[in-house]
Amino acid sequence: MAVAIQCRGLRKTYDGKVEAVRGLDLTINSGECFGLLGPNGAGKTTTIEILEGLLEPTSGEVEVLGRTWQSHARELREWLGISLQETRLSEKLTVRETLQLFSSFYRHPTSVEAVLEELSLQDKADALVGKLSGGQKQRLAVATALVADPKILFLDEPTTGLDPQSRRQLWDIVRQFQQRDGTVLLTTHYMDEAERLCDRIAIIDHGQIIAAGTPAELIERLTGHHVVEFAVSGQSADNGTAWANLPGVQSVRTDDGLFSLQVSEPHETIPALLAEVQKQHAQLIHLTTRQASLEDVFVQLTGRHLRED
Amino acid sequence: MATIEQPPVISAPEQAVGANGRWAGYLRLLQMRMLELWREPEVIFWVFVFPLLLALGLGIAFRDKPPDVTPIAVVAGPHAQQVVDLLQRSSEHTAIHPDVVAASAALDGFRLGKYALVVTMDDSGVHFRYDPARPESLLARTQVDDALQTAAGRRNPIHTETNASSEPGARYIDFLIPGLLGMNLMNSGMWGIGFALVEMRQRKLLKRFIATPMRRSDFLLALVSSRLVLMIVEVGLLLLFGVLVFHVRVEGALLSILLIGALGAVSFGGIGLLTASRAQKIESVSGLINVVMMPMWIFSGVFFSYERFPRVFLPAIRTLPLTALNDALRSVILQGASLDSQLGRIAILAVWGAVSFVLALRWFRWS
Repeated sequence: MAVAIQCRGLRKTYDGKVEAVRGLDLTINSGECFGLLGPNGAGKTTTIEILEGLLEPTSGEVEVLGRTWQSHARELREWLGISLQETRLSEKLTVRETLQLFSSFYRHPTSVEAVLEELSLQDKADALVGKLSGGQKQRLAVATALVADPKILFLDEPTTGLDPQSRRQLWDIVRQFQQRDGTVLLTTHYMDEAERLCDRIAIIDHGQIIAAGTPAELIERLTGHHVVEFAVSGQSADNGTAWANLPGVQSVRTDDGLFSLQVSEPHETIPALLAEVQKQHAQLIHLTTRQASLEDVFVQLTGRHLRED
Repeated sequence: MATIEQPPVISAPEQAVGANGRWAGYLRLLQMRMLELWREPEVIFWVFVFPLLLALGLGIAFRDKPPDVTPIAVVAGPHAQQVVDLLQRSSEHTAIHPDVVAASAALDGFRLGKYALVVTMDDSGVHFRYDPARPESLLARTQVDDALQTAAGRRNPIHTETNASSEPGARYIDFLIPGLLGMNLMNSGMWGIGFALVEMRQRKLLKRFIATPMRRSDFLLALVSSRLVLMIVEVGLLLLFGVLVFHVRVEGALLSILLIGALGAVSFGGIGLLTASRAQKIESVSGLINVVMMPMWIFSGVFFSYERFPRVFLPAIRTLPLTALNDALRSVILQGASLDSQLGRIAILAVWGAVSFVLALRWFRWS
């Protein structure tokens, strides 16, 4: 499989002090949708902007489509479609004018009308950008990238702040692009977005990749497939070891009196759990089981929730 | 039968689009910049309407007034009427308005500035009370003395003739219009480029642009070109307004005026670019722009001649870009000077523009 983006030993230090990216290796294949997942301030934007050639890395190597930014910047610009985090496009231009402007920068752009149609913006083609809703603005931002007819689409937090319907619309756009053999690199701090949209993800925290793989792999490798959450009354809450020894339990976390067990086989664990509760003369006041998610992976790896403030 | 096996044409719309030429980006950037300006009512007001209002207001305020009438007091007495009659007969009678009043009222009025002069006539002759520290008082004494002597039959040893002159070309509005042109070119260059750039930087639009294959030089060129297009309209409107409303006479060639205007627009565009080369916030660039422009508003002879400043400042004042622009515009518009007579000023303006551009491009931040 052809490699679309590769970087090795990527580091970025701001003002000689703040280490935003601390030694990052990535290989993104042609035709895949790759997600950089991590909390705010993890270094996602710095990483993607280095790959986009907008920031110089302090050290490390970047190759995009087999070229480097030092030697082939202009050529690469023709091949990449980029949507930055929070670009506010000119409010006094219409949607169509904005796309005409962006398409004029490329030697071989795709048709503005086709992009308008693909992103369901035909009705708004003659509306001023200042009058668009958040979701429409974000679609327009992606449209300015797609009008380039790019080989790789970069999306930095494409759905942050959008309502669920707008998010789903954007996911569809990304999937459509992927179906035309496009490669996508996106950053997100939404677990569900990464799980549903990305073929592979890298979880980034404090400027480093702490785990990478397909969402299913990560969940399987790092947690059980299932999570059993429960709370009991009538005993000291920090007696974690009793739960860890139950059959099928891979790990135990406590969070504000709530225990969660990562388990591989819930039907083996739950009867044993109930027996243990009875043995301790405690009362079960809450019990749920659910599929493990990337959120659990992140918590497992960092001890923090992804969207903690 | 065989036709069915042909692969479906998927990418028809893409194929219909031709490739973009070298200047496609520049032309679109210029077009969109003009559209944005056109859709910004504030821009239309500040660039086009405001200078006209300013010209109108100042032109009316400082229009040529009829000659001043000097009020004087004639102290009531047996000879008072004689004084008034003599004054009526003199050639200066329109400039002097005598009131016949009692001595005390005359002195009070003089003290309060109501009268410039108190005239008392008795058998011994005419007495003047005047204040040598008040110019109009001095003037009134001379005028009245002269009028009385002449009316009484004095013969002047030398015959003199005077012509009053208030012709177009020497009035305040004639001085003002070229100054306003220069100031307007400075304002719109600094705001139109400096402010616009920082706004785009703050919106991350500059960064978005350089994430495309757009040539950075095309972007800056389009910005400067948009200034030139506006310049023609600005200069044209203000000149036309001066000619139609105030009968300003444009002595120089229109082409020379436009060339100087273009140089002014581009140079101040360069200074605007430099001012905006690093600022991240609209607030900070607004302050910077005002700091740069303020000295020139005051010193560069927009509203009044800079010759009023002490002589030692003049060389420095003359090297300011707006001074050079205003002086060149005045010479060409009011005196019909040729372009080559203005080379010195043109050079000053060009150096300011060129140095600013070079420094701005070196320091410019796209993100």
